[in-house]
Amino acid sequence: MIDILAVARPAPTVFDGTANTVAVIVLLLEFGMLRASLFGAQVRLYAAQSVAVSVLAGVVAVGRGVPELFILAVLSLLLKAVIVPLVMMSQLRDSRAEIAGSGSLGVASEVIISILVAAFGFFAIGALGIHSEVLPAAALSLSMAVVLVSFVLMILRRDVISQAIGFFSLENGVSMASLVIAAGLPLILEVAFLFDLLVAVVVFGVLIRVQSDRTKSFSTVALDRLRG
Amino acid sequence: MSTMLLCVFLLPLGMTLLSFLLPRRVTEMATIVVGVATFVLAVSLMSAVTHGVVTAPPFLRVDALSEIFLLATAFLYPVTAIYTIGYFAKERSIVAHDGADAIPQFRRYSRLFYLGFNAFAWSMICAPIVNGLALLWIAIEITTVVSALLVAIDRTDGATEAAWKYVLIASCGLGIGLLATIILYYAGSTVLGDSYDLGLESMLRSASRLPAVPVQLAFGLAVIGYGTKVGLFPVHTWLPDAHSEAPTPISALLSGALLATSFYAILRYYQIAVGALGPAFPQNMLLIFGVLSLLLAALYLFAQRNIKRMLAYSSVEHMGILAIGVSFGAPIAFAGVLLHVLAHAAAKGTAFMGAGTLVHKYGTKEMSGMRGAIRALPFSGPIFLIAIFTLGALPPFGMFRSEFQIVSGGVSSGHGVVGAVLVILLSTAFLGLMFATTRVLFEPGTSTPLPSSEPSYWMVVPTIIGVVALLVLGVHPPDTLVDLLTRGAAELTGAAS
Repeated sequence: MIDILAVARPAPTVFDGTANTVAVIVLLLEFGMLRASLFGAQVRLYAAQSVAVSVLAGVVAVGRGVPELFILAVLSLLLKAVIVPLVMMSQLRDSRAEIAGSGSLGVASEVIISILVAAFGFFAIGALGIHSEVLPAAALSLSMAVVLVSFVLMILRRDVISQAIGFFSLENGVSMASLVIAAGLPLILEVAFLFDLLVAVVVFGVLIRVQSDRTKSFSTVALDRLRG
Repeated sequence: MSTMLLCVFLLPLGMTLLSFLLPRRVTEMATIVVGVATFVLAVSLMSAVTHGVVTAPPFLRVDALSEIFLLATAFLYPVTAIYTIGYFAKERSIVAHDGADAIPQFRRYSRLFYLGFNAFAWSMICAPIVNGLALLWIAIEITTVVSALLVAIDRTDGATEAAWKYVLIASCGLGIGLLATIILYYAGSTVLGDSYDLGLESMLRSASRLPAVPVQLAFGLAVIGYGTKVGLFPVHTWLPDAHSEAPTPISALLSGALLATSFYAILRYYQIAVGALGPAFPQNMLLIFGVLSLLLAALYLFAQRNIKRMLAYSSVEHMGILAIGVSFGAPIAFAGVLLHVLAHAAAKGTAFMGAGTLVHKYGTKEMSGMRGAIRALPFSGPIFLIAIFTLGALPPFGMFRSEFQIVSGGVSSGHGVVGAVLVILLSTAFLGLMFATTRVLFEPGTSTPLPSSEPSYWMVVPTIIGVVALLVLGVHPPDTLVDLLTRGAAELTGAAS
């Protein structure tokens, strides 16, 4: 009897439960982006996902006593949940083109593919046995699932907004992975990564603007002139 | 020495800021002066790094390996800056013809161009001299965003499409590269403690104690992630588009310097991975990617009709050669790889600039529209032919020496079969290049031949500099450079103290 108790898994702590829940929310929001049909909705989903990642940083800061992560949480909230969406919306203000139905497959098929890909990422990373003391291992596996689903989003949607948002959410997945296994990464580097994202957002914004000015649409279907 | 290193970092940065303010003519000349000064400073660092590491705390560090990649960029920076003057001469005459309305537009274009050009050179100079894998990632990310805007600068349909594909694919690659950085950070934290800065020194020293699985994962992700920017198959797809649609000076920098800079990142991961896992895993991985890239490029070279796309596939080929050279693991092959980086910078820079002159002269990028170029361009024609010869590793140029070293490294380390495959693929690629080039240069056209003249001698001088550099590298490289290559190879084998 004592032996059985010794090998039984302990119940997850409140911290683990909270962290895993937030990580699952990040993944679910990624799935939400797959079916968003207006670019405004897509940008809002990205903002919500960024809020969730920032909350996760806050949770780790409280739960594990890493005060620098508070600064990171605030900065990433400011940048990814406020500034990036504002930049994107301001670049797109005059555009009336829609992104509905830009997927090369139906929404249902896209979701099924994403579920398979996410499951692959989740279990593959889980099998590697990379653990850290900061966050439960499930959060790392979930972040890998987010990264892979964001690739599916970029590959299957044929409009520039979804592709750009897919890239930004990929970065969210990587941020989540860094919270799990690299929470001690010096703040200056984390901030430099964030700053870099901002620069990338501006470049993506400029190129989306140029593209939509030229073709009056967000579709990438016409971008097939260069090949071979 | 550390002051010089600091100057290498600060000069192009200062020039970038000045490009905002100065008038165009002053910017043109100042860029050349700064480029030459940067190159001289980089060369003067050579002898110091053959004896040890030069640092400028807290962020800058140069050893023999980084010095070689610094030299490649620092050479192309002033050379392409000279070329740009000739490249703009025609645009200026068009603007003068179009009337007063076009002048402010051209002024804005050239200001943006020089701003981007200097920022691009600065970011590529930063990548090898920053200390630490996180800073390296940041520098390479900056190269992407700056060069994507430069690819799009002409605002044609093709340029917009190429820039979009480039920024999206390369950013995704760098996202994977960031994941690699973070996983390597985790591996390092098991030895170096929770909080450290991913500095190269400490990572290399503790490499043998790092846990295997995370390092394997990090190395795999790094090869795929940074390999996207290197142009390794199958993640090379942005490369031919971006190289062909960018303005020619930018194509020369993209191909000669940027690809190598990203390859430098892979080499750093390679050093750490070999320390942690032994040579087999990283070498096999690079071998697979290298052979596939070389094979793809050799086949595609035959099918190209656009002269700049053809050169872009030749870059994929040469990056494949670098990956294969590293996979041999022999010191002589490493020295060959490092020499190849320098020779490729000079050869591909020269070839792209020559191709740019052809495009200017004939007003098309399609090779079917270029005939009899050897007569039409009395200097650029023969020089372009020499550049193609050097890319095909004909003696006496630098690439002959480097590829010879790589193949002999392969044979001496027991990779005879791969060595033979390498030689066959190289010959195939060379055939593809030669077929296309001889038609462009020697086949007489059906229409009236163009008058024999150069568009601008500013476009000829830099290609002559490139050919001279290739001759020096091939016939008699300076002793300091040979010492540097030997030292760099020793660092890659882990033998340097």
